[in-house]
Amino acid sequence: MSVIAADLAPGQDSTYGHSPFRLFASDVLVLTKRSIARIRREPETLADVTFMPVIFILMFAYVFGGAIRLPAGGSYHEYLIGGMLGMGLAQTAPGVAVALVTDMSTGLMDRFRSLPMSRWAVLVARSIAELLTQLISTAIIVCVGLAIGWRVHTNAADVIAALGLALLFGYAFTWAGVWLGMLLRSPEAAQQLGFIVFLPLTFISSAFVPTQGMPGWLQPVANWNPMSALAAACRHLFGNPNPAAAVHAWPMQHPELAVICWSVGMLLVFAPLAVQMYRRKAL
Amino acid sequence: MGENPAIVAEGLIKNFGKTKALAGLDLVVPAGTVYGLLGPNGAGKTTAVRVFATLLRPDGGRAQVLGDDVVADAAAVRRSIGLTGQYTALDEYLTGRANLIMIGQLSRLTASAARRRADGLLERFDLTQAATRAVKTYSGGMRRRLDLAASLIGHPAVLFLDEPTTGLDPNARAMMWEIVRGLAADGTTLLLTTQYLEEADQLAGRVAVIDQGTVIAEGTPLELKSSVGGEHIEVALAAGADVEAAMTALKPYATGTIQPNEDGLRLLVPVVSSDGLTTQMVRALDAGGVGVNDMTVRRASLDDVFFALTGHIAEEGSAAA
Repeated sequence: MSVIAADLAPGQDSTYGHSPFRLFASDVLVLTKRSIARIRREPETLADVTFMPVIFILMFAYVFGGAIRLPAGGSYHEYLIGGMLGMGLAQTAPGVAVALVTDMSTGLMDRFRSLPMSRWAVLVARSIAELLTQLISTAIIVCVGLAIGWRVHTNAADVIAALGLALLFGYAFTWAGVWLGMLLRSPEAAQQLGFIVFLPLTFISSAFVPTQGMPGWLQPVANWNPMSALAAACRHLFGNPNPAAAVHAWPMQHPELAVICWSVGMLLVFAPLAVQMYRRKAL
Repeated sequence: MGENPAIVAEGLIKNFGKTKALAGLDLVVPAGTVYGLLGPNGAGKTTAVRVFATLLRPDGGRAQVLGDDVVADAAAVRRSIGLTGQYTALDEYLTGRANLIMIGQLSRLTASAARRRADGLLERFDLTQAATRAVKTYSGGMRRRLDLAASLIGHPAVLFLDEPTTGLDPNARAMMWEIVRGLAADGTTLLLTTQYLEEADQLAGRVAVIDQGTVIAEGTPLELKSSVGGEHIEVALAAGADVEAAMTALKPYATGTIQPNEDGLRLLVPVVSSDGLTTQMVRALDAGGVGVNDMTVRRASLDDVFFALTGHIAEEGSAAA
């Protein structure tokens, strides 16, 4: 009867002797696998990062795109993909918040918090799993882009730099989502707030239209929007039409540096905030 | 009981806004026992468990689990505890087995030890057949069993069971009781909260009755029951019997006032239990010329204890305390 009592050998069956970093890495790995296993069981949870970008690309390329003229000319289809990458990555953030709030409400977080595991691991693992879905999303955007006529006119190093910047940017947004998940109490609230924050963030930017066409008071907002910086950086590195090069705002003149600043800044703000809230959650 | 206690709380205080969830709770849980925390919704049972399990920081007082302070030595406490709450704390989308292995590894087992224990626990809790199904397909009883298995995988010396049978059907409840008895036999210290008086009576060696954040009575279930007057014997008189004569005949055996019911044919006699008491009472009634139909021994239940202590009946509800 005593499965419960006697079959553990304290030395060889326990990992207590391992170094703190090894324990942390093991916790992150275990929890990341958990998130990936979920995606494999319920692939439809990926719908928002797979089908949504496809629908947006097709809508903008074939419905709105015909009416949008770029200030310095060039193909709108080529212009679109640089903006689409930012949107595809940033819009995964509300999903992170929803997933975390759901974990909180099911009691699973309480279990994690009562275990002798490392405190950061839960959130770090979530962000890494999200990075994997963002890779999938990026791959889909690239493929659909190629299908509608988007082409790269630079070299492989520039393309890798652009995709790397996009994923860095996406990873930073994930931590904003993690923070949101710690802040809110219901999955519905996370979903709605995500929508309210991320929709304007995407559209008041150069992601889909050049900022030159916006009213004067809105242009600074759009030009300093991190989404515009990423779009400009990608267009620049891909050799695609980049009307933002003619805009004098600092982020538009140095889009790559601006993306790095925005991303690092967001990580430095949101990651510690989120972890601190996780530690104090319900305390 | 000469050993150090497993759980000690001294003057624990926890406020949520203006609500005093814990108002100076004192508790000593001996190692290796099943200890019941009994009280209505909102009494502070769950709050107390969450403080012991390092999920809540107390506003005052202190608590120790196996000698480690729940605030200062929280990491050490987490190594020795398991927690099964009112809500299933599992990943709905993973299989039962994957859940156990995950919790096992996070409980600092090696991967192979986690797999071995997961399989052993699935077997012991009769979940082997369901092991490869996602948890969201499980019934309520299966979820509770898997949740309990997850709490046990790291082999905790102290296990908190927060209302482990709330919402379960009678079969599933009986199965949980059987598992709890098995754990107790293995020597695990169990702190069990419940609003079911019967459950505390069935499982717990000692019980603390909690109301409004403090312990209002403590002891074995038997001690608590005796404290509110022990047993009664209900005497059903034959039709047309002389009630006055019956009360006179029974008076020497009663420890208090004999109460007749409305139709006067049933008498409730408070007694101190002893062998042969009912025989003596029948003879006394016979000698007084009173006919008897039936005699029933009625022991005080923890319901009576609860009512006597608090002046209100233990509520049954679903909201968390």
